[in-house]
This record gives sequence, C-alpha cells and structure tokens, in this order.
Amino acid sequence: MASGGFGSKNARNTGTPNSSSQSSNHSNAQHELDPTILIGCANLLDEIDKRMLVVLRDGRTLIGILRSVDQFANLILHQAVERIHVGNCYGDIPRGVFLVRGDNVVLLGEIDKEKEESSNLKCVAVDTILAAQREEQEEKTIKELKRSEALKQRGMSYLHDSGINDEMY
Amino acid sequence: MLFYSFFKSLIGKEVVVELKNDLAICGTLHSVDQYLNLKLTEINVTDPDKYPHMLSVKNCFIRGSVIRYVQLPGDEVDTQLLQDATRKESMHSKQ
Repeated sequence: MASGGFGSKNARNTGTPNSSSQSSNHSNAQHELDPTILIGCANLLDEIDKRMLVVLRDGRTLIGILRSVDQFANLILHQAVERIHVGNCYGDIPRGVFLVRGDNVVLLGEIDKEKEESSNLKCVAVDTILAAQREEQEEKTIKELKRSEALKQRGMSYLHDSGINDEMY
Repeated sequence: MLFYSFFKSLIGKEVVVELKNDLAICGTLHSVDQYLNLKLTEINVTDPDKYPHMLSVKNCFIRGSVIRYVQLPGDEVDTQLLQDATRKESMHSKQ
C-alpha cells in the first residue's frame, strides 16, 4: 500500500499520541493527519480492564480481563478462562494469565451482560464439556473420512485439513 | 492511507465483515485505524448456531489481517470520488 496521499509522509514524528481523544473523534481532521504509531492500539486502550472475549486463529475462545495491548494487538489477559462451546452448552477452563501474540488474534469482543443473560446457553462442568467436545470431534472425523472415501470412489481427491490452515489467514 | 480515509468516511454505516475463518459479522462501523482494524458496534453474526461464542458480544474489535471482505452499503460509496482520490494518490507517490 502506498503511503502519502491523504496524510503527509512525515507526520509520524508528532510528539504526543492523542490516545484519549481517539474514541470520540469521527471527523477529527487533526487525527487524520497524525497517523502516530499508537493509533492502531488506541482503539483497544478504551477496552483495558474490561472483561473481553478473544477469538484466536485456531478457533479457541479466551475470556479474560484485558490488562495490556500494543500496536500489534499483542494482549495480556488476566484471570483468563478458555471457553469451549458444544451445541448450546459451554464450559470454562481456568488458564491464569495469558499473553497472546497479536497475529493469532481474530477478534476481541466486549461481553455484554444483557446479551449474555438473554442467550440460552448453559454452563456445564469442565469434564462434561471436554467429553462433549471429544465426541463432536470424533463425529467430525468419521464424517470427513466418509466424505473422502466417497469422493475417492468417484475419482476425486479430497484434502481435508486437520488443524490450522495458515493459508486462510 | 487511501483506504484508511475511505473507511473513515464510512463510519456510522452498517457493514458486513467477512473473516477468513468464514465468520460473517454484521454491524455498525465505529472506528478504523491504519492497519484497517475495524471496530463494530451492535453486531449480529450471520450464522449464530455455528458460532455460539459471539452471542454475548455486542461491540467488537476485528484485527485487519483476518478480514477477507467488507460488504459496504452501495449507495453510500462515491466511486467517482474514490477514483479521483486514487489518481491523486498515484500522482503524489510518483513525485
């Protein structure tokens, strides 16, 4: 991506990062001309000390209190739990403090109390959810196997991806 | 910086963000930064059965690198202006 154009190239060396004015500026011309390095994370600075849901690239979901961020979206999560969903049940595995490298982050969601209560998801014990997850995984594997077998018989190759497909990100 | 400015002009509009993990999120564009990270408010997931973890989320921050498509409101995009801005930017970078 070419730089320049709308903002001047040497605008980076402006001293003070205007992080506090970040959240409310929709048409702030000053901000548009000041792409300081902090802008990338300034949005997330509003979220610090809130309980956040983080979706990772491998599909895992973490929930924890956001304690620190930087411009790459590297995160520190405090009192983190890993939440596993199977059907309309979920289970939380306590994980402690998490440092998540930014490139593994898909999204950060602010947990809305009202929405959380209105959803009809059921909290179950860790063992229960792990068993359910294993079952779901086994079902999936069997299904994949059947599919690849069926395709093979019709003379088509079928590559099923087990694990992370890095090409997708 | 052209697309950054372009997305800034779309703030407050309803967009659908499709991610590389096939999750599609509909929401109001709240803010954008130079990496094209997006912040959406009042989100809805197109396929909530497949992604139950998003049910308790109202506002979210999406890392720019995981976005595949952004579906924009067609009538809000001034393609003529965008084209002019592209020309202007290419002139700038040549100088």
